[in-house]
Amino acid sequence: MADARDPHEDILLAPIEHTGPGFYWAVAFLSLLILWGTVAYWVQFTEGLGVTGLHQPVGWGFYVTNFVFFIGISHAGTLISAILRLSKAEWRRPITRMAEVITCMVIFIGAGQILVDLGRPDRMMNVIYYGRYQSPLLWDATSISAYLTASLTYLYLPMIPDIAILRDRSEKRKLLYSVLALGWSGTERQHKVLNRAIAIMAVLVIPIAVSVHSVVSFVFSMTLQPSWHSTIFGPYFVVGAIFSGIAGLILTMIIFRKAYKLQYYLKPIHFRYLGQLLLIMALLWFYFTFAEYLTGYYGAEPEEMKVFWAKFTGPFWPFFWTMVLCNFVIPLVCLASLKAHTVGKVMIASVAIVVGMWLERFIIVVPTLSFPRLPFPEGVYWPTWVEWGETAGSFGLFALFYLLFTKFFPIISIWEIREGRETSVKEVEERIRSYLPGDAQEKA
Amino acid sequence: MALWGMVIDLDRCTGCQACVMACKAENNVPAVGVKEAKRERVISWMQVLTETDEEHHGTKMRFIPRPCLQCDDPPCTKVCPVYATFRNPEGIVGQIYERCIGCRFCMAACPYNAKYFNWHTYQKEGPGQNPDVSVREKGVVEKCTFCHHRLQKARERALAEKRQFDPAEYVTACTEACPAQAIVFGDLSDAASEVSRLARSPRAFRLQEELGTKPKVIYLTEGEESG
Repeated sequence: MADARDPHEDILLAPIEHTGPGFYWAVAFLSLLILWGTVAYWVQFTEGLGVTGLHQPVGWGFYVTNFVFFIGISHAGTLISAILRLSKAEWRRPITRMAEVITCMVIFIGAGQILVDLGRPDRMMNVIYYGRYQSPLLWDATSISAYLTASLTYLYLPMIPDIAILRDRSEKRKLLYSVLALGWSGTERQHKVLNRAIAIMAVLVIPIAVSVHSVVSFVFSMTLQPSWHSTIFGPYFVVGAIFSGIAGLILTMIIFRKAYKLQYYLKPIHFRYLGQLLLIMALLWFYFTFAEYLTGYYGAEPEEMKVFWAKFTGPFWPFFWTMVLCNFVIPLVCLASLKAHTVGKVMIASVAIVVGMWLERFIIVVPTLSFPRLPFPEGVYWPTWVEWGETAGSFGLFALFYLLFTKFFPIISIWEIREGRETSVKEVEERIRSYLPGDAQEKA
Repeated sequence: MALWGMVIDLDRCTGCQACVMACKAENNVPAVGVKEAKRERVISWMQVLTETDEEHHGTKMRFIPRPCLQCDDPPCTKVCPVYATFRNPEGIVGQIYERCIGCRFCMAACPYNAKYFNWHTYQKEGPGQNPDVSVREKGVVEKCTFCHHRLQKARERALAEKRQFDPAEYVTACTEACPAQAIVFGDLSDAASEVSRLARSPRAFRLQEELGTKPKVIYLTEGEESG
């Protein structure tokens, strides 16, 4: 198979074989962000969490917001890729790997937020020594590590044939590629086993992904606090996670499409389909938000209403209404019709949604803590440079990981594109034929 | 087994804060300083909350001294990932400072905000502290323990003197300090104790009782005529 030199290989392997000045500029910029984050964390580690803006009673702020946000973004990948694979959506081929890499990179960053948030990170092993399974934080630890394992496997399996191509072609990192290729030679049996394994992982990974953001929401909803204690939180968080995940995926696709000149692979049609998916999620997100707030408002418990009005007209109104604008109004306007300027419109909607979903997480975490039930003086939380630095560093770290990945492995699956061209066109035609009535054989 | 509880008579409370100061001295609660206080990081295991009386709006204040309410079904212990906070068999909610990882989940879960965090290293061991109570490091959560060390000492004394431990020997620092005798402490499982008798009073109520946390700090409403 390898001897039939594929023109696609050259385009898709170009980022690995040639590195331009743009790459070094990007690495330098991201390193600066990471440096800021490192300094911030070092100061926090030595001085204590007091260097942040956290206080009594707002003990959770940016870090927990980031945690929920990043874990949400991680749903882009594996979940969407698995759904597209299982539903045999043929347009998935250039997208799946990009999506899966997001998951694997971002989940480290997301879980890391909790470590950053700990007052005593040196004692984090206590979670294993003295773990109390009644605590939703342990459910998180379990679910997230299962998701990470499954996602890494699910990313790795479809990479094997591509790594074999690299092993056969490339002079660099020969040892790394030969080990990772696991002796792949592209026989029919190997393909059969691989496809079977991918299918099993795709089925397995969906319930795990759903469980991850459900238990993330349980951290809040299992408490008795107003605006947290809600049965809708599990599905609400999962919907929000997929929503922000698709937006994150689209932005990644647009960036690498431009940087690595992949216009030939990532066509407007891909953005159009993803844009439609995004529109559906925007409507679903609005429905959940509406149901959640209407229930609280109608019941009108005094404690609930304090938090409710704080979001609608009180100190948190700018965040709340920007969230509504970003998550619902802008996407609706941009995505309603995608006939022309598809990529631009989808990009604007995605940027808005990423911002809006971060605000949504913030608006869930902070206002509830700001309004205690008992008559305490109400505190206003405002982050310091430490939290900003840690947040910037986290984004930088994610982008750097992602960038480095693209320098080691092709970001678009070579063999899956080839498979699409060689076998799927025929398969799809046959499949569609089988849906249609009036086939002579079936009549009999 | 005893079930330690407290009754606070709001009719007697003058809001003098003697309980607050006694608690701080007894339990080595750090003074965080002006800068930290302005950033709302005061640690006060016993805190006197003020509330405007709804019937006499603007003219009458209500004082509510709030220690940890030592819930029988505490929302804070369930969420702790490392068993650093727990309810002991005698109903006291404890905190293991040496184990706490500082995730602050218990603080987020407590409906009474009775848990406090050490945002910095506020103090080190030194003279003038109560040697019976450990000094907390930075990064851990701390809380009112009903002066649990006093119970241990009273028990040890009884053991050393080879006699039965008398529940009357154990009383918290805030109870002792209250000049108006608004705080009564004792064993709720003993129906004859004063604390049990007061807890059965028609004036008795619990904070946020509807949450089902079953607090063992019971309040008596002000003035029979207004209640």
